[in-house]
Amino acid sequence: MSVKTFHKGGIHPPEEKLTADSPLRELQVPEELSLPLSQCIGAPSKAVVKAGDIVVRGQMIAEAGGFVSAPIHSPVNGTVKKIEGVRNPQGLWQEAIILVPDAENPLADESTPRTKEEIEALSPQDIIKLVNLNGIVGLGGATFPTHVKLSIPEGKYADYILINGAECEPYLTCDDLLMQTEPEKILIGASLIMKATGAKRCIVGIEINKREAIKKMKDAASKFQSIEVQPLKKKYPQGSEKQLIYALTGRTVPAGCLPVDCHCVVDNVATAFAIYEAIYLQKPLMERIVTVTGKDLSGRGNFKVLNGTSLSFLLLNAGGLPENTGKVIAGGPMMGRAVSFPDSPATKGLSGLVVMPLSQSERKESEPCIRCSACVMACPMGLEPYLFMQQAERNYWEDMKGHGVLNCIECGCCSYSCPASRPLLDWIRYGKNMLRKMK
Amino acid sequence: MIPITILVLGVIGIVAAVLLFLAAKKFHVYENPVIGQVEELLPGANCGGCGFSGCHAFAVECANATSLEGLYCTSLPKGGMLKVAEIVGLAPSEAQKKVAVVKCGANCETRRQVNIYDGVSSCAIEASLYQGESNCVYGCLGNGDCVKACPFDAMQIDPVNRLAHVDFDKCTGCGKCVEACPRNLCELVAWPKDRALVWVVCSNKDKGAVVTKECGLGCIGCSKCRKVCPTQSPAITSFLAYIDQNTCISCGNCIEACPRHCIFSSSPIEKKEEESVTETTSEKL
Amino acid sequence: MKLIVSLFPHIHTKDSIPWRMWNVVIALIPALVMSIITFGWDALWVILISIGACLLTEWLITRFLFKEKKFTLLNGSALITGLLLGFNLPSILPWWMIIMGGVVAIGIAKMSFGGLGANIWNPALVGRVFLLLSFPAAMTTWPTGINSPFHQITTGASQAAADASSGATLLTYINNGNTDLSSYNLLDMAIGNMNGSLGEIGGFAIIGGFVWLLLTRVITWHIPVAVVGSAAFFSWVFGGAPILDIFAGGLLLGAVFMATDYVTSPMTHTGQIIYGIMIGFLTIIIRRFSAYPEGVSFAILLMNSFVPLINRYCRPSIFGMKERRKMAV
Repeated sequence: MSVKTFHKGGIHPPEEKLTADSPLRELQVPEELSLPLSQCIGAPSKAVVKAGDIVVRGQMIAEAGGFVSAPIHSPVNGTVKKIEGVRNPQGLWQEAIILVPDAENPLADESTPRTKEEIEALSPQDIIKLVNLNGIVGLGGATFPTHVKLSIPEGKYADYILINGAECEPYLTCDDLLMQTEPEKILIGASLIMKATGAKRCIVGIEINKREAIKKMKDAASKFQSIEVQPLKKKYPQGSEKQLIYALTGRTVPAGCLPVDCHCVVDNVATAFAIYEAIYLQKPLMERIVTVTGKDLSGRGNFKVLNGTSLSFLLLNAGGLPENTGKVIAGGPMMGRAVSFPDSPATKGLSGLVVMPLSQSERKESEPCIRCSACVMACPMGLEPYLFMQQAERNYWEDMKGHGVLNCIECGCCSYSCPASRPLLDWIRYGKNMLRKMK
Repeated sequence: MIPITILVLGVIGIVAAVLLFLAAKKFHVYENPVIGQVEELLPGANCGGCGFSGCHAFAVECANATSLEGLYCTSLPKGGMLKVAEIVGLAPSEAQKKVAVVKCGANCETRRQVNIYDGVSSCAIEASLYQGESNCVYGCLGNGDCVKACPFDAMQIDPVNRLAHVDFDKCTGCGKCVEACPRNLCELVAWPKDRALVWVVCSNKDKGAVVTKECGLGCIGCSKCRKVCPTQSPAITSFLAYIDQNTCISCGNCIEACPRHCIFSSSPIEKKEEESVTETTSEKL
Repeated sequence: MKLIVSLFPHIHTKDSIPWRMWNVVIALIPALVMSIITFGWDALWVILISIGACLLTEWLITRFLFKEKKFTLLNGSALITGLLLGFNLPSILPWWMIIMGGVVAIGIAKMSFGGLGANIWNPALVGRVFLLLSFPAAMTTWPTGINSPFHQITTGASQAAADASSGATLLTYINNGNTDLSSYNLLDMAIGNMNGSLGEIGGFAIIGGFVWLLLTRVITWHIPVAVVGSAAFFSWVFGGAPILDIFAGGLLLGAVFMATDYVTSPMTHTGQIIYGIMIGFLTIIIRRFSAYPEGVSFAILLMNSFVPLINRYCRPSIFGMKERRKMAV
């Protein structure tokens, strides 16, 4: 079978999939969970419980704050302690619901799976509504509410569902593990997405460094009509929507448009799995697989993490931070955010925690640009990062816009590949922020 | 040969001069000479402190104005506006000098560094990324965006404490730093002529208990300053005191009373009735 | 424990400026060996003086004019300038001229623009052209009696080998209007059995360096191939012998090591190919129709001046922009 990839730019960072063979590990329930109200892109959710309320696992504790928003569910049986500000991994304040799990059976679940007939009877609108009600957001890291993606706008249509199992970020293995353990359920989730959007075909894209996952998914896909598994070359940022669409279908998303403009809907494997759980098992999104990894982390592995578990609790269960830790990254090393406040809670979008030793944490000193064009060659969007940095330093915002800075997907290929270690992306993001403010 | 050369060149020169003269006449744009005179007086920094796009725009406005009410160049030295008023032949406007104050005074001792920022030395970029190097999400980041923005060299970053300071002698109140600071720590306040400026060097809006953990200097909103103030100038909103410069009389009571030592004054305030010299500031003047 | 916080990406390529520069130095070693074999220890002296002059000038300027505390000589860029300048000089040039060349190359062509990454023209070539214009006689006087040890392996003495011992170069011969090239042996030229500047005589050594640069991904093939290809094409168009035009003179050295200088070459592949083709074209034009027998330096410097313009018009295409325009129509 042919192996596909996208054509423009891209880089090949070292894989470092240290936890590829680690089985899924369950964590004990922490003493306290704090669930931030803003866990996805869009409006923050609105709390519907108050201090002292008794909640059960799977109960909605915060409702969507708008169309682009998702509700939040309690991952445990317990009581609401209070609603107050907590810090997110970047140390910024945000409102959160603090839950204290019951001492006994905090995870006892009374929801019953839907019967086959019930599921057959669901209309596409019902599925989208259920996806929304179960608080499902894009689990690849962007946390875009999934029901928005599935609601195809008037006058447009989707013919392809692309399931993203590329996991091109180094270190992370959570999607790999999920594909190895639950291939069928992912594909059931994918067929639900197909039903919701009316798409006729589905392709699952997996990078070839995940042989086992490809094999299992292929086996599972043979039972489904119109779902196929496509191996992809190893190249970052393959998991980015636009690059994945190009790799799998050869279509190009027009600049400044959404995937639906070229009739595609892209969802992560974990999202597809969450949709399966929500619709078949009536289990809302309240836990996910998180890869906790690092070269010197003794207990690294893939963990099933309840929404709201604090990162430090997670790190403690993975063997505790080693002495030489320089940086903790929430997400992958290419696009993850550095953690400044490790006591902050895990949210729906957390795909991994990477612990970097000090020797790999500090940036190299930036040197003058030698115009070697490494960034231009690496940019998957065909932009000129070196130019953006010069313009941003001089505050030429309009020029940046003219050169198409708003097409930047912030994949970090430019900063990664710069031999002079210039902080290209820092300036590009600054420029984009300024342009957004000027609007 | 030589006379011919001189002649030819001379004629060319004269023709060119005539052409230039005619062109200058033809394309001359009349500008009120007053504008030029006013502009000469102005500092030319285009700081925008007057509310216009630059010194030229301000000069045009002055020349066309019927009254100088509201037209005031903050950057002119004392009496500068009088000269402008003389040139345009109007009564000078009385605008109070404004200065910028930095509403964070927490040094390394009081506000501990809890992480290391490794990136571009720009407050705006650091602020868009995360909390900053200390636990206070309101405090000064110390990368000096205000220093870069200041056209009058009035802002400095204290190299030890990485904290912005304003040199009140140089500050003209143009407000560039107010725009530049991503944490809105700079504020323009009226500069009192005959007394010291007293202001709160904290912007932390968190509850008192949280603030004490974050910073040894942060305002906890205890309102002790308000109680000792004879004019009730300090107002407390969201656990943060703010001194109203219109009513402040610079008595210095609040500086003494503040348990967090987060009220500074621009110059030492000497108590008249007592001998005690109050707490002064780290602000060098 | 204080955690470090910075913006993503949190990993960085192993690639660095020193790594790239030292690979260029490695790629230049075969040509260096070749020149020492052919011209003897004179060649090494010329190169050492040139490197010394360049390094010292760079150090003095960064230390006392720029007042930088950081020691930047180890990134190898001044070393390369020195090496390349040396490679562009005849082996019997007086030492003070070499030093002048080095000072001009680093001081004027590089540092006066702001140092590494800011120059418009290739420093080594500016140094060479400065010397060529200032001391035309010295710069075109080649040593006589060169006799490469490789002489034995070629069958019979070809004209190139004869030139080598008489102190003339092949390009002078062509420039003088001679068209009979039958007595020149390609093998002689390729293994450096001819006369010329230090670095330009060993065709295969330079090709070896090119292969090294390609393998280490320091450069891409676009510029060298475009330069050599277009030079061969236009040489044929103007009735010359393409092979001779490639191997005689500094075309290969220029195409592989000087035209590919990052700072002074275009950013995109399209731009690089246009740039390369123009260098090849201009080289042949200068060789055929000007008083100078050699034109690579001038061609590269001329095209260096056009690089900003090329960069402006040869942008990479933004992903999805074409589709966007189609949508708008």
